[in-house]
Amino acid sequence: MTADAYSTSEMMTVAAARRLRDGAACFVGIGLPSTAANLARLTHAPHVSLIYESGAIGAKPSVLPLSIGDGELATSADTVVSTPEIFRYYLQGGRIDVGFLGAAQIDRFANINTTVIGSYRKPKTRLPGAGGAPEIAALAREVLIIMQQSARSFVENVDFVTSAGFLDGGDARERAGLPGNGPAAVITDLCILEPDPATRELTVASIHPGVERAAIDAATGWPVRYVSRLRTTDPPSNRELATLRELLRRTAAAHGTGEES
Amino acid sequence: MSKIVSLREAIAENVHDGDTLALEGFTHLIPFAAGHEVIRQRRRNLSLVRMTPDLIYDQMIGMGCATRLTFSWGGNPGAGSLFRFRDAIENDWPHSLQIEERSHADIASAYVAGAANLPFSVMRGYTGSDLPKYNDRIRFITCPFTDERLAATPSIRPDVTVIHAQKADRQGNVLLWGILGVQKEAALAAKRVVVTVEEIVDDLRAPPNACVLPQWVVSAVSVVPGGAFPSYALDYYDRDNRFYKAWNNIARERDTFLAWMQRHIVQTADFAEFRRTLGNGGREDQHT
Repeated sequence: MTADAYSTSEMMTVAAARRLRDGAACFVGIGLPSTAANLARLTHAPHVSLIYESGAIGAKPSVLPLSIGDGELATSADTVVSTPEIFRYYLQGGRIDVGFLGAAQIDRFANINTTVIGSYRKPKTRLPGAGGAPEIAALAREVLIIMQQSARSFVENVDFVTSAGFLDGGDARERAGLPGNGPAAVITDLCILEPDPATRELTVASIHPGVERAAIDAATGWPVRYVSRLRTTDPPSNRELATLRELLRRTAAAHGTGEES
Repeated sequence: MSKIVSLREAIAENVHDGDTLALEGFTHLIPFAAGHEVIRQRRRNLSLVRMTPDLIYDQMIGMGCATRLTFSWGGNPGAGSLFRFRDAIENDWPHSLQIEERSHADIASAYVAGAANLPFSVMRGYTGSDLPKYNDRIRFITCPFTDERLAATPSIRPDVTVIHAQKADRQGNVLLWGILGVQKEAALAAKRVVVTVEEIVDDLRAPPNACVLPQWVVSAVSVVPGGAFPSYALDYYDRDNRFYKAWNNIARERDTFLAWMQRHIVQTADFAEFRRTLGNGGREDQHT
């Protein structure tokens, strides 16, 4: 791969990382959110405090954790607190600026499903479940979601609302009494979607370079709308790409695999 | 009477058929050796509780130990699915498994409530989520002082909690550090507490404020070096990520799972022999 060529997955991670502002207290999910949040920490946001639900606060891992409780999260952290403390004092206490989540399924109002595909009682596919997501989605001041976009994962209605986005849209989230502001952006391998200010429907706000609208339409399970002042996402800079690739290289070497992402 | 006993005795004495049993450890310090011993002693009708039922509960569920599971995240961390857990839920194999599904924040709070001898936990949670529609033990109450609507869920008070820790002293005081998860709360919420440790020392040399379980809240302590393998014990050994990845292939099909469990767990006497059957220093990198 030449220096300026990049994959759609790299574009997604870089675009997601840019949304995390320096100095934020960010509750990070494992996998793609953790990759993006650490890229942010290693580029424009050195003072971000990454918080993992295993209790690590201010984690600065040199390689990406394979699990939410890898040892380096603890040894590189400012402090490690118990699971009740991280959820009760820090999250429920209102001290988290950003919740960074992934999902198996998302709907047009950014409700996310990590529980089941199909019916709950007789699922077609049983997924891992809620973990910390329902309270992170409810209580963090804002939520960023990073996930691959496809018609199977971007659906009109999720099979199960594990974690609330904007519920039925409009002011439904506020009426339900959810403290946080909800999803601010959904960053995919094709584009960035943001909630419409009034309807709260996820709307395409920025398209990654080289992506056709038709591809986004085909990868969205509802008739997706575009903002009138549509942007094109800046391609990854050399520094962003080099930092991401070096992070993934170190990670693969540490975990003894070449398939981490 | 000494609290320091063999793991076989500790499980035989403290874990009974039909018990509510919690094995806790949040990625770190997962009590695998104790879980294996529960399988070897063929415990049945257990109500299992665990925030993150990972490989050890996949093994216990697949071997028919459990009829009920309370959990908040059931996956193979960093590596994929729990195929035995899914087979039980999706296909009732080896028999049906009743599930009570909650969130991490809820289960953590429910152990706190249990340790505090309260019947329920109160939290800001579940608003807008479908979980309360399918779990009628997640309810909502109104604060008597502010009229706020809050979630209330039953506290968790296991018959037995089992954890793994780094050290105990000869009296049975237990010291753990690193990622602590909910182990202290789960232990204090339980009627009986079994702890496996990496080593027994004369003096814990625990700094003030360290996480220490005093010996009089612990029922039994067993020395099982490496007893959290393939998870890890901070300052003793790392997580064996290869084992977690290999587990997908072992557990995906019922027959390969059963053959593996027979060879490595059922037909071995203890955890040390289990490690020897894996060869290569106990590391699992075969891809069956």
